[in-house]
Amino acid sequence: MNPRFSPGSRVLVKNDWPEERGPCHIRTPHYLRGRAGEVERVLGAFRNPEDLAFARPAETRVLYHVMFDQPGIFPADGKQPDKLLVEIFEHWLEAA
Amino acid sequence: MSNPARAESIAQLERLVAALLAKGVVSEAELAAQQASTDRASPETGARMVARAWLDPEWRAMMLKNGTAAAEAMGVSMAGAPPLGVLEDTAKRHHVIVCTLCSCYPRAVLGYPPHWYKSFSYRSRVVREPRAVMAEWGSPVADDVELRVVDSTADYRWMVLPLRPAGTEGWTEDQLAALVTRDVLVGVALPKLPA
Repeated sequence: MNPRFSPGSRVLVKNDWPEERGPCHIRTPHYLRGRAGEVERVLGAFRNPEDLAFARPAETRVLYHVMFDQPGIFPADGKQPDKLLVEIFEHWLEAA
Repeated sequence: MSNPARAESIAQLERLVAALLAKGVVSEAELAAQQASTDRASPETGARMVARAWLDPEWRAMMLKNGTAAAEAMGVSMAGAPPLGVLEDTAKRHHVIVCTLCSCYPRAVLGYPPHWYKSFSYRSRVVREPRAVMAEWGSPVADDVELRVVDSTADYRWMVLPLRPAGTEGWTEDQLAALVTRDVLVGVALPKLPA
């Protein structure tokens, strides 16, 4: 495992919508696409569920716990100082 | 999902099991062992882990570092199960767990998920308005406490290590474990002393 990011890294979730291109299985919630967060911890490396779901050969990918400002994501209902903590695979993250 | 299984779903499941057996992917014995292990799992395991953490700092540190090892130490077989992570509440931070994508749940230490955990309303509301959900469950969160909503989207499963309530000084592990309900372990409720 060779993680590209470390705790404290500012990251951006890719604003990508593979479900609009055809059948897929993804673990990145829609509400975080294109949103910025901060790596809380490296969780390990796991086989890519996007391939496992279709019984394709699946490489391992680094999984992170990424923290987001909750009212920043849901301004109408959210409240400071709340946070969202979500598992995101490395191939969904860019340096922010 | 609270509806009884339809006949065609049962027939489909039976065809799937027959195919897996025919291909040698699983055996009848493995299926039975997994079923028994799933049926045996219950929130009493998670509650016991929390009570021990309130009493034993070494156990607490180990459980926070490696929840999977802590579950194994409780006699739970974690082979093939997703790793378990334990999230530590403090006086200024509380965690609540959801799976917005489906219903990922730490079954090894909490047993079967309740129906509400899988409901669209819980999954959509708790990320948007977690404080309103907590208040409706009878556990409002103070303004100066950071509420962390943990969306369980991938390969880990999570449980909460809540704060030990005041007024439990000198209590035994059994007494403490009785305060830790399934809802407390998911984080939608806080441990409360009996009235």
